[in-house]
Amino acid sequence: MGLKDRLRSGLQRSREALNEVFYMGGEVDEDFWEDLEDTLVMGDMGADVAMQVTDDLRDQAARENLKSSKQLEEALARRLAEVFPSCDRDPFDTTPSCVLFVGINGAGKTTTVGKLAGRAKAAGDSVLIGGADTFRAAAIEQLEVWGDRAGVEVVTRERGADPASVCYDVLQRADASGTDLVLIDTAGRLHTSPELMRELAKVVSVTRKRATMPVSVVLVIDATTGQNGLAQAEEFNHALDIDGLIVTKLDGTAKGGIAVRISSQLELPIYRIGVGEGIDDLQAFDALEFCRALVGEEGE
Amino acid sequence: MFNSLSDRLQDTFDKLKGKGRLTEDDINVAMREIRMALLEADVNFKVVKQFVATCKEKCLTADVLDSLTPAQNVVKVVLDQLTELLGSTESGLVLMPNRTPNVIMLVGLQGSGKTTAAAKLAYLLKSQGRSPLLAACDTHRPAAADQLETLGAEIGVPVYRGDGHDAVKVASESIHEAVDHLNDVVIVDTAGRLQIDEEMMQEAVDIKRAVKPDQVLMVVDAMTGQDIVNVVSEFSERTDFDGVIMSKLDGDARGGGALSVREVTGKPIKFVSMGEKPDSLEVFHPDRMAKRILGMGDVVGIIEQAQQNVDEEQAAAAERMLREGFTMDDMLDQMQSIRKMGGLSKIISMLPNGERALQQSGANVDDAQITRIEAMIRSMTAEERAKPKNINGQRRRRIAAGSGRSVQEVNQLLKQWGEMNKMMGKMRGMTQGGKKGRRQMKQMMDQMGMGGGNSPF
Repeated sequence: MGLKDRLRSGLQRSREALNEVFYMGGEVDEDFWEDLEDTLVMGDMGADVAMQVTDDLRDQAARENLKSSKQLEEALARRLAEVFPSCDRDPFDTTPSCVLFVGINGAGKTTTVGKLAGRAKAAGDSVLIGGADTFRAAAIEQLEVWGDRAGVEVVTRERGADPASVCYDVLQRADASGTDLVLIDTAGRLHTSPELMRELAKVVSVTRKRATMPVSVVLVIDATTGQNGLAQAEEFNHALDIDGLIVTKLDGTAKGGIAVRISSQLELPIYRIGVGEGIDDLQAFDALEFCRALVGEEGE
Repeated sequence: MFNSLSDRLQDTFDKLKGKGRLTEDDINVAMREIRMALLEADVNFKVVKQFVATCKEKCLTADVLDSLTPAQNVVKVVLDQLTELLGSTESGLVLMPNRTPNVIMLVGLQGSGKTTAAAKLAYLLKSQGRSPLLAACDTHRPAAADQLETLGAEIGVPVYRGDGHDAVKVASESIHEAVDHLNDVVIVDTAGRLQIDEEMMQEAVDIKRAVKPDQVLMVVDAMTGQDIVNVVSEFSERTDFDGVIMSKLDGDARGGGALSVREVTGKPIKFVSMGEKPDSLEVFHPDRMAKRILGMGDVVGIIEQAQQNVDEEQAAAAERMLREGFTMDDMLDQMQSIRKMGGLSKIISMLPNGERALQQSGANVDDAQITRIEAMIRSMTAEERAKPKNINGQRRRRIAAGSGRSVQEVNQLLKQWGEMNKMMGKMRGMTQGGKKGRRQMKQMMDQMGMGGGNSPF
């Protein structure tokens, strides 16, 4: 129950908001649907998606004669869970594996790398961290602190060095020492900067060519991100051919609704979600559980 | 890309053509478009509701309904309303004149850009003749103080780190440090925190109590979604900040959060932060922000972007071009600066009605074309680039083979060059032709849609 509880407490606020809608006294009237739509919009689902979901649920309610809020909760959770593509291969569990973390500034890439390294190390994997963020001031130092904490070696170069060369180094190192999991942190960049995106494309292609193990490119997205998240994900996906997502900072009041939209529109699985500050708060993603927690239904 | 609001409204009203007068229902349809545009821009839901209601009332006046161009009038009403809401109070830093040192404190969520904003603010104050000190009070994130120190060294501003454990202590010590070293303003960078993290919020309150800042600024990520309302209202209640710095506005997020912040807390947006460089902190312009939120063309933005990319060297090159004519190397430079700005399609989409024009013309703006031209120019010798007139048939064949294009394409390129060179010749005449020439030049600029006249031509 540990994991489930954490997830639920992380998503508590979102659930409370939806619960208000559902506890309107059993009777499902026009106000109920409007409130539901509003709540979904407030969760950053996007206005058109929210309308779509609500309309579909309304049809379903009429067809299957769903009347109580309880039934509708379950129907909504299932309906939302369906839009997430399933994850064929978890790059953090199926080793050997090399994962590149990309995303905009301040999404939480470095912290995510640090936590995942600590987790994998504790589980007995041999781990290497690549510090390819050679741009931001003190990014390497930040990563080294995480490396020290986890007891994981960090391969990097001085600030201003070519990030692709760091990837090359870390993969060479991994080959030599037979590492299970290689995690590479890259510099945050806005998707609107074509030059920086080209630089990143080079980093990714060097890594894919050099690696002897499967490479996954993971986009890290902040849960507080609004509708621009989709534009971000589209650009990154277009430039780099992303494999999956990690959604961070779900422990605030943000509902992370944009994740639903990105994941379904680009058919990208969500590998992990961050629901707290601790190392264990970065959890595997379970679509139905996520949606149930979001909708406010009790787990089985 | 979303269609811009004005395009969408135009579409809506096109359908109503020939109806003579608009009815309330028609306005309702328009308001729904506005509602969607605002929601897509991440303006908070409740704020949208209220805003749309106010706009609707204004649009139902006779002036708007009876006008020949209702779409434009509706847009104008919305734009004015939005501009007014965004900037009805003064912005800028308010520092107490008789206090030394002045103190500015920064707060915000994790990853919103506080440390970067702190350095930018220090740079701004320094360029105004102040002597700032940065206080590294983020004792939670690993290497946050290192980051501030590196940034501080780059802009020549000292950083006080203290013991790196107790944020409140570091903050209050930094004031003494500033007094000892004659720094007249202290910028306190704090750790990122979630508004529901009681312990961390208390820390922010404690720091505030310890240093009694002149200004508390909250740094807000322009990409934040609906949740911004919860975040800023909690921060407002606990730390009672004085204004907001919107960060990451160099992306393509519409930044609707700015409106939500204003509506919910009444606090002004003071600065916008537009990039990684220390000088990219700008004063907030409500009119531009309003256009951005509505997804309308940002002409000023294009000019600024062009300015950013045109450095002095290029300005000198422009002068040389006017004097000596336009070479293939100049053409190559231009292709590259277009690419730097994000390619042709991006530039066109930033122009008012640009996307609509693109769709209507069905033209395929292909940035690959730029790559092809580049390849052809790069297949020329230095001499050929300087004097393209000397390129004969044999040379054309060689250039075509070298760049993997056909001879026809090389011909086309040369023709293009010829035209540009002709235009350049005309301009040369104008700049040397006294008053009359200058007027002609201005007309030409206007035709090209470069009202401000900042292009390298």
